[in-house]
Amino acid sequence: MLQETTKSLMKPAVALEGISKSFPGVRALSDVSLALYPGSVTALIGENGAGKSTLVKILTGIYQPDGGTLRVEGEETTFASAQAAAQAGVTAIHQETVLFDELSVAENIFLGHAPRNRFGLIDWKQMNGDARALLARVGADLDPAIRLRDLGIASKHLVAIARALSIDARVVIMDEPTAALSHKEIHELYALIDRLKADGKAILFISHKFDEIFRIADRYTVFRDGRMVGEGLMAEVDQDRLVKMMVGRDVGQVFPKTEVAIGEPVLTVSGYRHPTEFEDINFELRRGEILGFYGLIGAGRSEFMQSLIGITKPSAGAVKLDGEVLVIRSPAEAIEAGIVYVPEERGRQGAIIGLPIFQNVTLPSLTRTSRSGFLRMAEEFALAREYTARLDLRAASLDQDVGTLSGGNQQKVVIAKWLATKPKVIILDEPTKGIDIGSKAAVHAFMSELASQGLSVIMVSSEIPEIMGMADRVIVMREGRIAGRFERDDLTAEKLVRAAAGIVEA
Amino acid sequence: MMKILMKNRELLLVVAIAALLVLITLRFPAFIEPANLARVYNDTSILIILALGQMAVIMTRCIDLSMAANLALCGMVVAMINSVAPGVPVPALVLLALLLGAFLGSINGLLIWKLEIPPIVVTLGTLTIYRGTIFLLSGGAWINAHQMSDAFKALPRATLAGLPVLSWLSVLMIALIYIVMTRTPLGRAFHAVGGNPHAAVYTGIDVGRTRFAAYCLSGALAGLSGYLWVSRYAVAYVDIANGFELDIIAACVIGGISIAGGIGSVPGAVLGALFLGVIKNALPVINISPFAQMAISGTVIIIAVAVNARAEKRKGRVILKKAEAH
Amino acid sequence: MADVSPRIIPDRLQGRSSRLLKSWESLLLVVAVLIFTINSFASPYFLDPWNLSDATFNFTEKAMIAFAMALVIIAGEIDLSVASIIALSSTAMGLAMQAGFDTPTLVAVGLATGLACGAINGALITGLGLPSIVVTIGTMSLFRGLSFIILGDQAFTNYPASFAWFGQGYVWWVFSFEFALFIAFAVIYGVLLHWTNFGRAVYAIGNNPTASLFSGVRVGRVKFILFLLTGLMAGIASICLTSRLGSTRPSIALGWELEVVTMVVLGGVNILGGSGTIPGVVLAALIMGMVTFGFGLLNVPGIVMSIFIGVLLISVIALPILWKRARRRMAH
Repeated sequence: MLQETTKSLMKPAVALEGISKSFPGVRALSDVSLALYPGSVTALIGENGAGKSTLVKILTGIYQPDGGTLRVEGEETTFASAQAAAQAGVTAIHQETVLFDELSVAENIFLGHAPRNRFGLIDWKQMNGDARALLARVGADLDPAIRLRDLGIASKHLVAIARALSIDARVVIMDEPTAALSHKEIHELYALIDRLKADGKAILFISHKFDEIFRIADRYTVFRDGRMVGEGLMAEVDQDRLVKMMVGRDVGQVFPKTEVAIGEPVLTVSGYRHPTEFEDINFELRRGEILGFYGLIGAGRSEFMQSLIGITKPSAGAVKLDGEVLVIRSPAEAIEAGIVYVPEERGRQGAIIGLPIFQNVTLPSLTRTSRSGFLRMAEEFALAREYTARLDLRAASLDQDVGTLSGGNQQKVVIAKWLATKPKVIILDEPTKGIDIGSKAAVHAFMSELASQGLSVIMVSSEIPEIMGMADRVIVMREGRIAGRFERDDLTAEKLVRAAAGIVEA
Repeated sequence: MMKILMKNRELLLVVAIAALLVLITLRFPAFIEPANLARVYNDTSILIILALGQMAVIMTRCIDLSMAANLALCGMVVAMINSVAPGVPVPALVLLALLLGAFLGSINGLLIWKLEIPPIVVTLGTLTIYRGTIFLLSGGAWINAHQMSDAFKALPRATLAGLPVLSWLSVLMIALIYIVMTRTPLGRAFHAVGGNPHAAVYTGIDVGRTRFAAYCLSGALAGLSGYLWVSRYAVAYVDIANGFELDIIAACVIGGISIAGGIGSVPGAVLGALFLGVIKNALPVINISPFAQMAISGTVIIIAVAVNARAEKRKGRVILKKAEAH
Repeated sequence: MADVSPRIIPDRLQGRSSRLLKSWESLLLVVAVLIFTINSFASPYFLDPWNLSDATFNFTEKAMIAFAMALVIIAGEIDLSVASIIALSSTAMGLAMQAGFDTPTLVAVGLATGLACGAINGALITGLGLPSIVVTIGTMSLFRGLSFIILGDQAFTNYPASFAWFGQGYVWWVFSFEFALFIAFAVIYGVLLHWTNFGRAVYAIGNNPTASLFSGVRVGRVKFILFLLTGLMAGIASICLTSRLGSTRPSIALGWELEVVTMVVLGGVNILGGSGTIPGVVLAALIMGMVTFGFGLLNVPGIVMSIFIGVLLISVIALPILWKRARRRMAH
């Protein structure tokens, strides 16, 4: 306790004050502050979409804040680029580590500042030696000469950490570093973090897993909806209070959930499995039901949904739609059968940026709007008008490139696109990720409307309020398996968090 | 065994070339004699030098279709200077070819760096421009052997320790580019930019400038090859090395250099070029029409790219912990 | 939830005419008219109908391939093997001719060879998932290489007289069969790209192949058909060219792939995929044909003309970029 107090009196290594950041249509961060102290681990806690990743991008110089100040060792400064942040000693270890697969371990550590011999040439011998020493410091028994692509994710993390040490980082940001690690590796990581602390590094630790936050962090900061809602010493807080801060608002009121009489089973999935991504997936989806799929990022939910529509092949399992066995080999067949999937990655998998709004909406329904293969623009506009109006889209014209819309409005176009195929089952993967509050409400209202019209909805979401507010039933997935099933009546945020994180006792 | 071979492209190529040599030797034993092998190497030297430059460019996720036209233009310029002013020392001409080539390469590089025009469009355009410029300079006339000075023609043929200077030059270039690629920040930047341009920025590498440098290098090597080509064959005209850009790319693809960037090595490029060189020199001696060479290299390119694609295929992400343990 | 009634979004904001005025195609039209005018002043022979008719042979065969190539490039791929397909088709027809087959069979052989080559490209690219630029560089060598194996330094000549019509015949007055074919394919490909579901799929794939797949577009099938089409068009071009020249050499149509790609890019098709129109390609073909012809009348050699094409290719892409930058600088 005494030690902690002295630390908080120290000058922070990096401090953010009153930082704000907006994107078209979204206010990602408003007036947040964060201080990182040498030799101390600060946990950054918050739901997905709370603004954590935006903050990380500001700290690493990828985004420039709209307002607020940034101080390094008390000096006010700006990170104009990623290089500037790296030079100031801020380094981040991401979940999907951004390194070079084709280069050796040693080079991944030293690229850009490799040791040179007296002719100015890169000294591989010394580089490998230095790399070995750094790897030893992080407790990794790796050959510095092997290529990075031959390593598992855990080892890649260690390489990234070794790189952070090699540039003598002041601040190390760890963004869900344990997401892909095994039990043993996680404990090695803890030991490493202790060593980094002893070296006087300031560490920002982002995680959804409370057990590890309590194990490793000295301080905490909680974000919700782009604001800082709490901070303090870990020693003075308990899990319940953190979860409450994180979840925050009274969830019942914001969500326009209407009571719908739930009908007979529509979709039945049994024994679904994939060699590396998921197994033992069994469930039923009923008419008018909204079935929530909760879990941490990387729990295998999207992978399972994508195999349902024929993007990847399952190794075993059966799907029945309205009692009939279905074999789906491509999204085209899924759409034909009446199962549609609104993907999570809007920019890559959802919207076709470059095409106008109406062409985005009609793409999967072209067989209906066309006559013997020839387009009929009037029909297309009519269909697009109908569905964009139902979703309350805001746009200047239907002829506008979908890329010029805000994220929320793009999402409405994407949902309209799949809805216009008149499906029986609609799977929405993180339908409100990264969109503004207004668009979120519109999407939620629409989801309720769909269910009341007898559509069956699967909603994959990592946001607890959304799951709690919208779902009739919730399936929690963890590491590719179903880790819990909850009816609406006995649903609590704590239960969801525990099941997803694998915390056994209450 | 197969697995090791598939993993190590250079070794696979060595085995393929050895197998090729064995096959040829069965029908024509003299092929394997050292003198003949040295002749084959000498004959492939220019392709090797060019493949080294193309390799650097492809490593950075670009392509240079203008190398052969660059070669022809630089070759014509030095041949013309030599025919008008035989007194200019040959080393000065070699240097001039090198610099002129680098300049032509830098035009490609600048258009790609500063205007961000796709490399294939830029080099397709400069290919025709450089060829056309040769015509403008020469008026379509040939520079024949008798118009070139003896010193000009003698340099690549002169022997040094049993090998022609041409061969030695290619050895020198291999060594030089090997050092650049493996021991200098620039060479490593070529790898990084092609492998992961996003991450390269984080490590402080300027992607555009690195690509520019790659084009200057490929241009310089094309320029040098221009002198070597016209002096070796003792003739310069508009169409020399026409279509050779494809042989260069073929050598790289065969050598395991990924067109998607980031993967490749100097030994790979050299072996890829040698593979083509062996085929080209073997066809006449084993009584296969030399006209078959084009179809063979086409087939080899397709096979090579299919093999590369298999080797590069990435593993999916593992979510089930059980599967990870395997 | 301020306004209860759903707001109606207008279909279009800009009138079609104003959008048309600002388009790349209208710029091309102005350039075409300009070159036409310059040519008619520069040479007294230019405006002669028969001379103009001769001029069309400069571009009709390449343009036919360019239409299919435009679709391939809009879909984000490229086919560099087209000129080699011409050579192989021509060689196959030559073999058939030597075997004594009649003209209709020769045509069938030409078309079938083109389709087969296209199918090979398509299968390698969509079936094995290989990059089209490398695959077609490979098949470019392979297809022409096969012609070299068959012909060496020889040539097929003595095509039947009736075969000559495809490249030398006239449909009506000064309008050649080739020009009629050019017009017909311009219409067919224009309709296919702009008015059918298939054309829409091509644009969708070029802009975002992953999202297209998720949206139920059969991406692999569409791409395969596109390579089949370029093969077929190269086969048709081969029939015309072989008939016009009356002979087959393995070096036939050497370097045409570059001219075809240039035509497509000049026509406003984005080399990275996603946008472009057939009218643009038609105008680009006319411009390139007229420039070639004009230079020919002025006795400018073909290779100098190629410098012009190269400069054109780079500047049509560079100028809009420079223009945008200059405007941004002015705004500041």
